[in-house]
Amino acid sequence: MSLNCKDLLGLEHLDKKDLQTILNSVGPFKSLFTRSVKKVPTLVGKTVVTLFYEPSTRTRNSFEIAAKRLSADVVNVAVNTSSIVKGESLIDTGKTLEAMKADYLIIRHSLAGAPDILARNLNASIINAGDGFHEHPTQGLLDLYTMYEKKKKIEGLRVLLVGDILHSRVAKSNIWAMIKMGAEIAVVGPPTLIPSNIEDLGVKVYYDLNEAIKKVDVVNILRIQLERQQENLFPSVHEYVELYQVTKERLAMARPGVLIMHPGPMNRGIEISSDVADSPNAVINEQVTNGIAVRMAVLCLLKPKRKNASSD
Amino acid sequence: MRLQIKDIKIVDPLQNRDSIGDIFVENGRIVSNFSGDADKIVDGRGKIAVPGLIDIHSHLREPGEEGKETIYTGTRSAAKGGITTVFCMPNTNPVIDNAPTVEFVLLKAQKEGLVNVFPIGCATKGSHGVEISEIGVLKKAGIVAVSDDGLPIANSQIMRRTLEYTKMFKLPVISHSEDKELSKNGVMNEGKNSMVLGLRGIPKQAEEVMVSRDIMLAKLTGGYLHIAHVSTAGSVELVRQAKKKGIKVTAETCPQYFTLTDDVVKGYNTNAKMNPPLRRQEDVDAIKQGLADGTIDCIATDHAPHMEEEKNREFDLAPFGIIGFETILSLTLNELVDSGVLSLSKALSKMTSNPAKIFNLEGRGTLKKGNIADITIIDMKYSYEFKKENIVSKSKNSPFIGRKFKGGAVMTIVEGNIVWQI
Repeated sequence: MSLNCKDLLGLEHLDKKDLQTILNSVGPFKSLFTRSVKKVPTLVGKTVVTLFYEPSTRTRNSFEIAAKRLSADVVNVAVNTSSIVKGESLIDTGKTLEAMKADYLIIRHSLAGAPDILARNLNASIINAGDGFHEHPTQGLLDLYTMYEKKKKIEGLRVLLVGDILHSRVAKSNIWAMIKMGAEIAVVGPPTLIPSNIEDLGVKVYYDLNEAIKKVDVVNILRIQLERQQENLFPSVHEYVELYQVTKERLAMARPGVLIMHPGPMNRGIEISSDVADSPNAVINEQVTNGIAVRMAVLCLLKPKRKNASSD
Repeated sequence: MRLQIKDIKIVDPLQNRDSIGDIFVENGRIVSNFSGDADKIVDGRGKIAVPGLIDIHSHLREPGEEGKETIYTGTRSAAKGGITTVFCMPNTNPVIDNAPTVEFVLLKAQKEGLVNVFPIGCATKGSHGVEISEIGVLKKAGIVAVSDDGLPIANSQIMRRTLEYTKMFKLPVISHSEDKELSKNGVMNEGKNSMVLGLRGIPKQAEEVMVSRDIMLAKLTGGYLHIAHVSTAGSVELVRQAKKKGIKVTAETCPQYFTLTDDVVKGYNTNAKMNPPLRRQEDVDAIKQGLADGTIDCIATDHAPHMEEEKNREFDLAPFGIIGFETILSLTLNELVDSGVLSLSKALSKMTSNPAKIFNLEGRGTLKKGNIADITIIDMKYSYEFKKENIVSKSKNSPFIGRKFKGGAVMTIVEGNIVWQI
């Protein structure tokens, strides 16, 4: 079982069969985590490089642990201390790492399309770990897997994304994954934070959280970047909390057993109330655990292009 | 030097001519006949002679950015495209806001240029949009229009003064109409594609708001307003209504805006990144309609060369702009004439007689007797693929690489001299 591509740039490019293949592969990796030896030799001798142009602890560590549990060698390129600050271009940086025989390049970048540019110019497998406002495919996959694990299906699930959809790569990857798998997906937030063409993707748009939350199976709460307030996209944190904080009271209108998800890091008391974050319905920490298993699956399923890959 | 072009179909929009005949050129001018023999005879059978094309919007990058283009390479690229006259925008380094820089460009063009080069001067000093530049001095030095192009004058009062002051020189003010606050950080058309790609959008209204303002100021001042590179249906409609009301305004568009949509940006194609950005099919259709009904007067290239290393990078960081000299004629023929949007004569008028009239170019834009012998010879059967390795411009940033064309320039004659032929 494998995907028919060398790179994972976004979930837009995967079809339902690909997504199902990934979902089916995660379980065995996850079951490793409860053993005393959490490691398999699948990627022995392979080199995985993480290249993060944006600060991240959660995603980078998750990829690093995933690669190490597959027995790959992992190198983390710290952008601040590298030649990137000396003005080296993205493509040249990528080519340098490829010359060191990196098999996988995991890239996080503040600009949309940066992974696409590397994929076009390199033979190594490129995994998008979040690019600008474009996509964060492994987050989309781990959200999908977490819902699948808890609800045993995706088809027909009512999923609500709350908050800043406009600047959210997580929202984008979630939408592609959910729609392809047959979920009903809706977004809610102020009109200034919802792209005007989002309905073209088959998404329902709400501005009123109280209405949107009715009878949903999953609430996925997005982090609100406080600097968006300076861009006049919402008037104040106070008003945002008033209108869009997911609270126990509001959740009472959702379906029983509603799943509470958040990609992290959370602003407790802003987009999510503390009691919701700590409630039994919250699967926020399981998302983190699942993230490692999902990333292991992705690393194993991609088809490297290299002809001269070692004979294993 | 006497040149005779024999048995050629002559299409001259201004004279409303479309017939087979001979063209006689002596001392760089068009004459009715010679007394003696020709020094050179060109067999024109099966081809079309038209007034040399005038491209009113380009960036030759010299002085200051010679890595992208020079007057030497840019005018060769233009000649290959059948263009005999180019206007160059003043956003060089230094900018063209002073007479010595105008003179430098003109001297360099005289020395190394293959086609006529007419500089456009800055509307405001340094293109800072604060004080109007010495437009009278610039006019004397040889500019044909003023513009701050990509740094449009944001302050309405200063735009008003510019339109007012230039009236005495009959100099058009070329407006790159863009509300820089509405377009802030935008890198492509705002819509479904920008949303899916995660790129910041530039709404059509960023252009239309400023087209509206400039039309209002043209009405107020009676100045000569020329709207550059119209890219939206809304702008076409604004110019159409302004013309109906008798407001003095002219407009241009570029082949990319009647040929492509923002679909070609998919995959983060930086050769499809330009400003204004590529829009939607309804805009393409409206621009064609605007060309057909005379709302849009001119077709220009907005030739904007950029080096490969500048373009081959993150979409947000790549500069705006594409080259255009070598594709304007073939795109006009294939997209407008072959598809029946415009007659050949009408299409040519947008690159010959109309620009000559709007920008007061004496003796150009038509093949009338006594005029300067700038002539383009077109072969409608000339089929070719636009290949990167055949590009003459120093830069290769074109979204049309790989496109197949039928019909193009096969000879370019500037002031009676054959400067390019294939």
